[in-house]
Amino acid sequence: MSMKKKTICSLIALLIGVVFLVCVNRMTAPTYILRSVLQMGAIYALVAVSMNLLNGFTGLFSLGQAGFMAIGAYAFAIFTIPLESRANVYYLYGMHEAIANVQLPIFAALLLAGVVAALLAFLFGIPVLRLKSDYFAIATLGLAEIIRIIIGSALMNRITNGSLGLKSIPSFPSIFGVIPGFYFPFLISAVCIAIIVLLIRSSYGRAFKAIREDEIAAEAMGINLAKHKRMAFVISSFFAGISGALLAMFLGAITSTTFNIAMTYYILLIVVIGGMGSVTGSVISAFLVIASKEWWLRFLDTELYIGSFQVPLLKNGFRMVVFSVVLMLVVLFFRKGIMGNREFSWEGFFGLFKRKQKKKTGGEQIG
Amino acid sequence: MSNILEIKNLVVSYGGIEAVKGISMEVPQGQIVTLIGANGAGKSTTLKSISGIVRPKEASILFDGEEMVGKSPDYIVSKGITLVPEGRRVFPNLTVMENLKIGAYLRKDNLKDDLEYVFRLFPRLKEREWQMAGTLSGGEQQMLAVGRALMSKPKLIMMDEPSLGLAPLVVKDIFRIIQTINEEGITVLLIEQNANMALKIAHKAYVIETGKITMEGTGLELLENEEIKEAYLGKSKK
Repeated sequence: MSMKKKTICSLIALLIGVVFLVCVNRMTAPTYILRSVLQMGAIYALVAVSMNLLNGFTGLFSLGQAGFMAIGAYAFAIFTIPLESRANVYYLYGMHEAIANVQLPIFAALLLAGVVAALLAFLFGIPVLRLKSDYFAIATLGLAEIIRIIIGSALMNRITNGSLGLKSIPSFPSIFGVIPGFYFPFLISAVCIAIIVLLIRSSYGRAFKAIREDEIAAEAMGINLAKHKRMAFVISSFFAGISGALLAMFLGAITSTTFNIAMTYYILLIVVIGGMGSVTGSVISAFLVIASKEWWLRFLDTELYIGSFQVPLLKNGFRMVVFSVVLMLVVLFFRKGIMGNREFSWEGFFGLFKRKQKKKTGGEQIG
Repeated sequence: MSNILEIKNLVVSYGGIEAVKGISMEVPQGQIVTLIGANGAGKSTTLKSISGIVRPKEASILFDGEEMVGKSPDYIVSKGITLVPEGRRVFPNLTVMENLKIGAYLRKDNLKDDLEYVFRLFPRLKEREWQMAGTLSGGEQQMLAVGRALMSKPKLIMMDEPSLGLAPLVVKDIFRIIQTINEEGITVLLIEQNANMALKIAHKAYVIETGKITMEGTGLELLENEEIKEAYLGKSKK
């Protein structure tokens, strides 16, 4: 397929996506679930891609993503809660004088969220990045928990409001006053993911992959292991911080328990289902997983009567059981996830249909 | 003739056990030098020390007159020493092209000519440009490993057992290529267990036993040496 044809296909797909979003925004009620599923999908797509950069591309199995999201979310929330509602939010302990009157514009705070997360990643990376495989996973998991517990501790009462959490966080703003707030998470996610994709395609991305494949060979080729691992860790945390900030905007209220271990696993599942080492896989699976968890499988949580017969098992919490089983099946039988480590390509997309057709027509020339 | 690489009194220990016990050797510019020895003699450790992956306990390693001990592997590569690691170690889930580009990671200039050079040397790689390196045959992977090392434009290329696990015909190919590379001006430091082949192409050879150099000479001298014949070339004792 020629470059030109591919570009046209991509543009058409982009157009369909935009038209779809516009339709959703115009035609649905503000409380309709599809809206929040899409927004949450975009946010999780970003954090999943950032985790994939580390786990799938650099081969550093990190379980600390929720911790860096927490940092991003809190850094964003603390500096954007409107001054007039601060007394109300920090009603018990009061806000620390140094930050009580500081309010940042949303874009500045969003950037700050990423920078703070990246800075902490840089510091933590000095000891943690010396570890390998399982040990690295355990250390980062511990790290995320430490971050969460410190944020929620009484020590931080006057900064993070401790266990009470933060509320009145401003929702998605309209962009330059023209594009409604509904599109905000999509735009930010798209831009961030595009930056990650550019990075992966650059020579740095190749170096990351080389480290994933074989550290010793990578070192023999002159790739500075410590430097590149640190770089991947810091960049991944930067974008995790930004997605944390987006999540804070989406939820409007956060507590430290929002970012517990379950959240890390949740992100990891999106990455695994999408395929380790595939950006498009992560994006697709983020939307699929969020949609099924928050929407399509909801019916499992409500009790259902057919006549006077109550369908067994269907009650609150059963959704998560089914979800877990689905995940187990995926891990057992589709270990490579939706995309494996390949990326979406138009050849592959059309090839899928062609193969199906061939099967239907007898499949004489397979292979 | 000047020496491109001079090693003096290299000592390397792994957790208290000395793997290399003070070897000295010289690699003259533009030659093929081979280091032969049995398993565990310290051959690979020597190469890893030169490329900076292993830190020697004490040594002086002069490359082009510059001290290389204590320098990082990426600095050493950027100065023109490249290692073709033992067991090929290509990046299996990357394409042949990506593997080659990683070889040139430290260079920021145009790679086109060098890619062409490598493809001329290994036409098979050109055919398989977009294939995953893990799906290549052993011989092709070895070619890729050599090609990848060449992409960094080395002055000295070090090869750790390039014949390991390859069919005899393929081994012949690889050795022919080593000679070609050398004829184009790149100095080669070759480690081999296949002493017969290595000595045939080497200008200069060292024999290493349990961490010490026990013999040195030209390739042909050692090839004719009775002790070497007995120990490495499979001539039975009478």
